[in-house]
Amino acid sequence: MNTSQPVEAVVALRGVHKQFGAVRAIDGIDLTLTPGECVGLVGHNGAGKSTLVNLINGTLKPSRGEIDSHVTRGGRGSAIRSVFQELSLCPNLSAAENLRIAHPTLKGLGWRRRAGAEIRTSLDQVFPGHGIDTDARVDTLSIAQRQMIEIAIGFAPRGGQARLVILDEPTSSLDAGIAEQLLAYVERFCAEGGTVVFISHMLGEIFRVASRIVVMQDGRVVAERASQDFDRDSLVDAMGHVAQHAPSAEQRRHAEGSVSAGAASATVIEDAAGLSARRGEIVGLAGLAGHGQAEALAKLYFAGTSGWRAPRQPRMAFVAGDRGRDGVLPLWSILRNLSLSVLPAGAHRGAVDRRAEATLGREWQQRIGIRSDDLGNPITSLSGGNQQKVLFARALASSAPIVVMDDPMRGVDVGTKQEVYALIRAEADAGRTFLWYSTETEEVCQCDRVFVFRDGKISAELSGAEINEERILAASFEMQEN
Amino acid sequence: MTRHSISPRKLLPLISFSVLLIATFALQERAMSYLGLNLLFNLTIPIALATIGQLLIMVNDIDLSVGAFVSLVACIVSTLLVQHPWLGWLALAGLVLAYAALGALIHRFELPAIVVTLGMSFIWGGLALVIMPAPGGTSPEWLRALMTVKPPLAPMAVVAALLIAAAAHLLIMRSGIGTVLRGLGGNSRSVARAGWRLSGLYALTYGLAGVFGVLAGLTLVGLYTSSGASVASSYTLLSIAGVILGGGEFIGGRVSPIGAVLGALTLSLAGSLLAFMHISPDWQIGAQGAVLILVLAARLLFTRREALI
Repeated sequence: MNTSQPVEAVVALRGVHKQFGAVRAIDGIDLTLTPGECVGLVGHNGAGKSTLVNLINGTLKPSRGEIDSHVTRGGRGSAIRSVFQELSLCPNLSAAENLRIAHPTLKGLGWRRRAGAEIRTSLDQVFPGHGIDTDARVDTLSIAQRQMIEIAIGFAPRGGQARLVILDEPTSSLDAGIAEQLLAYVERFCAEGGTVVFISHMLGEIFRVASRIVVMQDGRVVAERASQDFDRDSLVDAMGHVAQHAPSAEQRRHAEGSVSAGAASATVIEDAAGLSARRGEIVGLAGLAGHGQAEALAKLYFAGTSGWRAPRQPRMAFVAGDRGRDGVLPLWSILRNLSLSVLPAGAHRGAVDRRAEATLGREWQQRIGIRSDDLGNPITSLSGGNQQKVLFARALASSAPIVVMDDPMRGVDVGTKQEVYALIRAEADAGRTFLWYSTETEEVCQCDRVFVFRDGKISAELSGAEINEERILAASFEMQEN
Repeated sequence: MTRHSISPRKLLPLISFSVLLIATFALQERAMSYLGLNLLFNLTIPIALATIGQLLIMVNDIDLSVGAFVSLVACIVSTLLVQHPWLGWLALAGLVLAYAALGALIHRFELPAIVVTLGMSFIWGGLALVIMPAPGGTSPEWLRALMTVKPPLAPMAVVAALLIAAAAHLLIMRSGIGTVLRGLGGNSRSVARAGWRLSGLYALTYGLAGVFGVLAGLTLVGLYTSSGASVASSYTLLSIAGVILGGGEFIGGRVSPIGAVLGALTLSLAGSLLAFMHISPDWQIGAQGAVLILVLAARLLFTRREALI
């Protein structure tokens, strides 16, 4: 043990390096995690956060350096738990059965009952009033509910005690109320002597829970301070992005002079439920997660695109939020993933024009900043945020006049978000229509008009200055009183 | 709400089985008896066991060597196990271990199971021919006695089917290790992250499938009292069809052991029904295929409807 530490560290890393072939993922990190603290870990996509997590939890061995820990680390029965950004439950099992997989001592007759009780207790502690059926197969639950189960499994005792819980973007698919429950629980957990590493692109959350903030860039820790010594700008600076505030919705709308979003432009979408969009408009779908927004988008999209033949001029393009399920084609290269939407248009007598495809790939790599030396690499070689950029490029590269986006910014870092906001705005000004479902108020405020969903129905339509957090929250909860 | 309403999709294996059974009884009343039921389902017992073996593999792969493997087991049982019981049991245990090793290899070298098992089917088939160049052999006495036992109330075939379904359900759906094996099909990374050694789990899956294959071979010889190198060659496709008819899927670990046993019963019932309808045996395989397509089409309709709700 490292005796120089005043408090016995849960995990201490000293001079840790990790190399994958020629790539230095982690380049000399010293980090000590002590009981009772919540460490916020920030850095843009590809900074090495995931590798660091896997070193801390014992999945990876360092190429150089030492990692000391006085708790069980790695394997089953580990006191160090990780909750990953990409949903990693077994979708064909129930919540209780998923707990069984991570639980070394759940054996013998009646394990099902005990597993059910343990996961329910854990869910009740973290998310009071969650209303999740722990015997239902996970793939019948919403993404938010799955994420909640994953978090609950992370904090569950599992025959021991969770000492360090690493949360990687835990709130990216949770709505504000449930995210707040999690943050409150993280505080209680730390107050009782537990340790949490909290990775998030939502800086507000980091400031809310973290006692210390560690900033990573290119595999190194570039800043490490108590969280009160940071403010939003200095933190974003430290991450390596120039702090660029999103122009507030109102400023932008004033400046823009509503050329594109004017009432004069033609309505291109109108459905029975009351959803409508005009040419060149960015329409937001807001409300609490899982209240029918994704379904409304899917209905609209399939109604507009399903057919036996892919048309050369598609009417709509789709950007997936659940990348693994309906976004990336994991066996294909970056380029193939990107060019998928334009294949019918670029085809020459039924064969793909490889040269045009490569040109298109290079053009979009530059425009949207996909970090890869070779677009021929498999898409899975990219970090989550970069994969998402490819999906954006896929949709924007098509000639479709309408782009449907299903919570597309999940797990995307601040810098990338700003770039994509600007891109979307520019495309809308050029006459494209965007339908944008998001669980984050900041994104919704980028829209010209917002439909707030509640219980599968539109509960409010907001536009212009009405689009703000209070109005959206009010509309999300309004009908609950009855 | 803790109880789930059972969706029509899950009931489909039972519905399709019942429809065929009622049709059979309507055409041939004498089938509705102790003896009749036994005759109807007797030969399904080994198929049901092979189907459970297939289902274990189909948690995330597919096994194209079931038929050849069961044939090889049958050849060993009807010769070696009769003449030198110890050697026979040793050979059978060796086969199970070989299956387990195959599973570990498939995982270790990331080989496609469909290709490996296809290749292995030729090896099993070749071994069977070496042991038994021409059909023949006998059944061990005790095995014959076991398979012709007449339990009260229900015939052996029905009791055995119930036992197989119950045992497989307990093993695959209820037990802890069965849950982990299904998890392997659902998301193997998550299982690995929880600290399990995947190669061990794969070996276990294939080893268990091997055990069910051996049981299928044993019951087959007990019923036929003889065997040959290709006695069970149709089992490969029958077992896959059985799993699918029973509501299982090729990937994602979504399987139902009870459904799979029902699926195996449905398939053999379809054969008998066609015979009762005086359809020439030449058409029977095709007609079985038609039944399979019908059930799958019905399943698709139910799935679509559920997705819309």
